Amino acid sequence: MRSSSWTADFLNQLSTGFTVTQIDIPSITLWQIESDAWQRFAELAVQQNLRWAAGWAEQVQDRFLINACFEKQGKYVLLRTIIDVSNPELPSQATVYPAANRSERHTQDMFGIKFVGHPDNRPWTRHQAWIESQYPLRKDFPVQGTPVGITPPDMHYPFIKSHGAGTYEIPVGPVHAGIIEPGHFRFQAVGELILNLEERLGYVHKGIEKIAEGREPESLARLAGRVSGDTTVGHCWAACMAMEQAAGLTIPARAALIRGILAERERIANHMGDIGAICNDVAFVFAQMQFTRLRELWLRTNATVFGHRLLMDRIVPGGVACDLSDESCAQIKKEVVKLREELNEVILALDLNSSLEDRLYTAGFLSEETAAAFGTVGYVGRASGQDRDVRRDAPYAPYDQVTVKVALENQGDIASRLWVRHKEIRASLRLIEKFIDRLAAGDIRAEWQMPVADTEGLGIVDGWRGEIITYVRFDSDNKIARFYPRDPSQLNWPALEKLVLNNIVPDFPVCNKSLNGSYSGNDL
Amino acid sequence: MLRIFKKILTVGVVTERFKAPKDDELEQLGIAIKSHIDKRFSGSIAIRQVDAGSCNGCELEIHALNNPFYDIERFGIHFVASPRHADVLLVTGPVSRHMQTALLRTYEATPNPKWVVAAGDCAACGGEFGVSYASCGAVSNVIPVDVTIPGCPPTPLALMKGLLGLMAAK
Repeated sequence: MRSSSWTADFLNQLSTGFTVTQIDIPSITLWQIESDAWQRFAELAVQQNLRWAAGWAEQVQDRFLINACFEKQGKYVLLRTIIDVSNPELPSQATVYPAANRSERHTQDMFGIKFVGHPDNRPWTRHQAWIESQYPLRKDFPVQGTPVGITPPDMHYPFIKSHGAGTYEIPVGPVHAGIIEPGHFRFQAVGELILNLEERLGYVHKGIEKIAEGREPESLARLAGRVSGDTTVGHCWAACMAMEQAAGLTIPARAALIRGILAERERIANHMGDIGAICNDVAFVFAQMQFTRLRELWLRTNATVFGHRLLMDRIVPGGVACDLSDESCAQIKKEVVKLREELNEVILALDLNSSLEDRLYTAGFLSEETAAAFGTVGYVGRASGQDRDVRRDAPYAPYDQVTVKVALENQGDIASRLWVRHKEIRASLRLIEKFIDRLAAGDIRAEWQMPVADTEGLGIVDGWRGEIITYVRFDSDNKIARFYPRDPSQLNWPALEKLVLNNIVPDFPVCNKSLNGSYSGNDL
Repeated sequence: MLRIFKKILTVGVVTERFKAPKDDELEQLGIAIKSHIDKRFSGSIAIRQVDAGSCNGCELEIHALNNPFYDIERFGIHFVASPRHADVLLVTGPVSRHMQTALLRTYEATPNPKWVVAAGDCAACGGEFGVSYASCGAVSNVIPVDVTIPGCPPTPLALMKGLLGLMAAK
């Protein structure tokens, strides 16, 4: 829907004082610059309203390739600089883009690359599982590492402190009171009011990037499907898209449509779970019971039609692992109609409930400016006026065949994030119907072609949480040299620290649930 | 308010019936139970769930145990907020090295007698992640395990059978 001519203008502006090498890689616009211009590029980019979307590094022989992905109007540009392993330093972009902050700290922990001028060079992903002078993603670091008997706790992380009469600190986690993932939250509070919140994540770091190395496509797809269990379709799709790009493979039309159905089913299942859980966090159990019931029915259809309740491993390199019979299509369409009817009743009951109104409106406010500064994506961004959706802005099959209606709200509170989810469920239901109508007989999987050594791919899809960016580089023999999945949570987590400010501590669970970041997707 | 009551009444009770699982059924599901809950405890167990490094897939299915179809509380099984209130630790994930101490401390904080259920392939054997510089692999590599429930993730039905199997005093 939008023009993508900004790249040419931007390159013209850069031409004074910059050496930009454009490198042709199929489906990626890659600009290579000198490392000392890394920060200056960011300064110009922010003036031109480019959004910082992802950052990662990789080691290729005795050099580090540092990458940052920028986006504007649905056009993605990959920026790269190359530095020597012996002198791993370059200027930080986090000074310009707050969104790059944790990503650069991750790169610092995993590669030992120093981002000069970084506003916060505390460790991020590293706790105590490896020592400070070792870097797991360097090629000479063995995948088994050199663990000591019991990994000690990370005791000395310097949290921000508050002083003054009546202020106090509340440490929460990593083991929480509910059935949720582990992470640590450090509150500074006065009375019940939250003065500051600091997140300390990294507890579920499983070495995903490292254990991906050397895998073959099928095996990588399985791993990608477990980056974040609730986004198994989204991550698996992004990884397969990246690998297919590298291999120069086009998937059959039928496979693309089935992928679309899977992804929208995942979105609906998660949104239903979230709406119920948000209401439950303000003690409105009716909604929780209704939505967990609807979610269970939805997952049971997943099991009977696709063979897995959460749809794991349904997307495979080259296509999908499961076909849809005519009966299944009819069953899904019937279910879509039924769910609409159910939603009409349940949502109306929520909308007219004054106790929900009282708790959800104005709570957990995230301003448009803050959301834009952190580059928040998905329903968190969309509830704060960030009108972005990969499915519409940079459409990929099958979304290029349909009109994607992007749900938007601009109040920025918990209620907005709830209503965006509701609108997205409605939009996804329509998409599922459209995709089923377009299904024509055909293959569901293209034969895999071994990619040439060193080829790269960048898969960008809209997962249920928002934009997922996955980078893949192949080694020789069909093996993966580098896998980096950027979960939407990595951009959304910092927004939580802002949106809880001036809320009361007891409202933290509902604030957190309204954002629902993935710990696993963040920690990798 | 009338809308809410109307919806509750028209939906009715959706809770399904379950029988305590037989041994061959457990075997079929791959559930291994090393020791059963003491007779004095059976009938009511308090569970503290610990995600020690999971991808969150198992948590989604554990959550489902509380939905109206499974309603696990009717069997006297309930989830508690602290290990100090728990009889059983329900552990998921390969144990990430960054969670190793937290899991050990949670285990120590759980009063005796206590049982540990390792739920999901990762917890049972390391799963997709195995043992690495960042992961200790299976839960049994860190704390003693009484029951393993495989699956990626295990279905709510398998989780239910495993927990009921643990409770069935011999």
